[in-house]
Amino acid sequence: MTKIQAGTWVEIEEVILKPEQRAPSLPEDTRKVPYLLRVSGFLVEDAELGAVVRIRTIIGRELQGILKTVNPGYSHSFGTVVPELLTIGTEAEE
Amino acid sequence: MSPRDTSYAGVMARKNEIMKVSLGIDYDRYVHSPVSFDYERMMADTGYTHAEIARIQRETKVGDTPLFELRNLTNAVRKISPPGKGATILVKDEAANASGSFKARRASISAYEAAQKGFKGIIAATSGNYGAAVASQAAQRGLKAIIIQEVYDSRGVGQPEIVEKGRACEAYGAEVLKLSVGPELFYLLLLTLEDTGFFNASLYTPFGIRGVESLGMEIAGQVRARYGKDPDAVVITHAGGGNLTGTARGLLAAGCDQTRVVACSVDLSGLHMASDHDFNRKSFTTGHTGFGVPFAVWPDRVDVPRNAARSMRYMDEYQLVTQGEVFYVTELLTKLEGLERGPAGNTSLTAAITLARQMDQDQIVVVQETEYTGAGKHQNAQLSFARENGIEVRRGNPEENVPGKTIVIPERLDQVWGKPQDMTRLRMSYLKNAARNHPLESWDEVDIRFIAEDLKTSPEWVRQQMTGLEI
Repeated sequence: MTKIQAGTWVEIEEVILKPEQRAPSLPEDTRKVPYLLRVSGFLVEDAELGAVVRIRTIIGRELQGILKTVNPGYSHSFGTVVPELLTIGTEAEE
Repeated sequence: MSPRDTSYAGVMARKNEIMKVSLGIDYDRYVHSPVSFDYERMMADTGYTHAEIARIQRETKVGDTPLFELRNLTNAVRKISPPGKGATILVKDEAANASGSFKARRASISAYEAAQKGFKGIIAATSGNYGAAVASQAAQRGLKAIIIQEVYDSRGVGQPEIVEKGRACEAYGAEVLKLSVGPELFYLLLLTLEDTGFFNASLYTPFGIRGVESLGMEIAGQVRARYGKDPDAVVITHAGGGNLTGTARGLLAAGCDQTRVVACSVDLSGLHMASDHDFNRKSFTTGHTGFGVPFAVWPDRVDVPRNAARSMRYMDEYQLVTQGEVFYVTELLTKLEGLERGPAGNTSLTAAITLARQMDQDQIVVVQETEYTGAGKHQNAQLSFARENGIEVRRGNPEENVPGKTIVIPERLDQVWGKPQDMTRLRMSYLKNAARNHPLESWDEVDIRFIAEDLKTSPEWVRQQMTGLEI
């Protein structure tokens, strides 16, 4: 596997609480899964995906977690068209 | 020094000391009993006058937002109203604040206070527009910002609206801690406050609420200047209660004591707010009943010892609307008024249509906010995401709406009708919560007077209900 270079913008994931450590009185479905954190920052030392690494966040804090994503971006959009919305407020609907 | 206990129980047990250090407020000074405290003194002790708040907010591009008359929408409402009915609908374009929502008002005083007191940074736990507001205000005050957000379910799938709000926080230079579903957000907040020594920009401090008072004062001033009278009703989207509390306090400070204060939330009853499965089955991530009702009937469930947002103190009515109605009205605002704004901010506009139909034509109803729109934070984005997650989306009668299953978009404006909540039931629910926190037998005159004020009712009414109250 290729090394990701120190200084690369990455996202790490960390298990904050395992299922058995979670808050009391959670609904059934939530209690079964771990409480997860994702956060982005600059990789402190060269590492491979899946390794436990340290990152320096944009405000300079050092955090540790599993290296998950290189150059994490945003893929949210306006979605595929919802035809039900198109005619609202137009003459077609008068 | 022994190593710090970072277990869930261990951190929660240190809650009070962490709060005291990170807020600089000693709540013990105001507390009378588990239910009552000196609310007005706590608010006054922030030490800011309204003029100072306006000056601080102007420094960081907050406030003085335009108030628009929605002429085409008002006319459309008049066409479906009984003769003589159809109040003029105005909207306060809060999207014009730095970061794109009224939440900038709420963040501005906290950021100023943090900078004045020499904190290096501020932290807020929020999945709403508040995150971007804190990040934007922090950027302008030279503070670091950490935003703690509930973003995705156990499959790693995030609501497009929240993903956008997270993006905005990062755009303003904040570190964003993105979490899976669960109330342990608060645990991580405490841990991060302890790790960093940053200021706690909680949504529910007196600073947050005082910052929103300027919104009510501006509405009073703008309506009077243009129409020569006070607004007859102001409609406010309600979740945690800060928007309503701050705006209503501002209206009262300006002397609008006859203005009806109307709360409005999106009805998501039946969906569990801490459920991993339900998380992506709702199209609204705030401004809904999952927050609105519990926070109204027991405000002191928040991340600070006493909540400065106490909505029932000021609320005259509480309207519920469906997701489909809000999406419909958002589309109408775009097409009829040429104003494209985010759906969540149009929750109160939806209720305003219902109110306007029942009010006289010479009356004025004010919708007190809008929010920015963009990828993810848009009716089309939110509805296509709902459809991808198995929610049925169709046109029809909004009464057929089922939260988590079906979103019914009205076919006509006269189907936008909302649903008023029973205020007496809400007050009774508050009383029961109060009795659970402090046994009825222990309530003294100070408690009863506080509860009466907190519920906008009389001590006599509280005493009557105490007899035979079943908890």
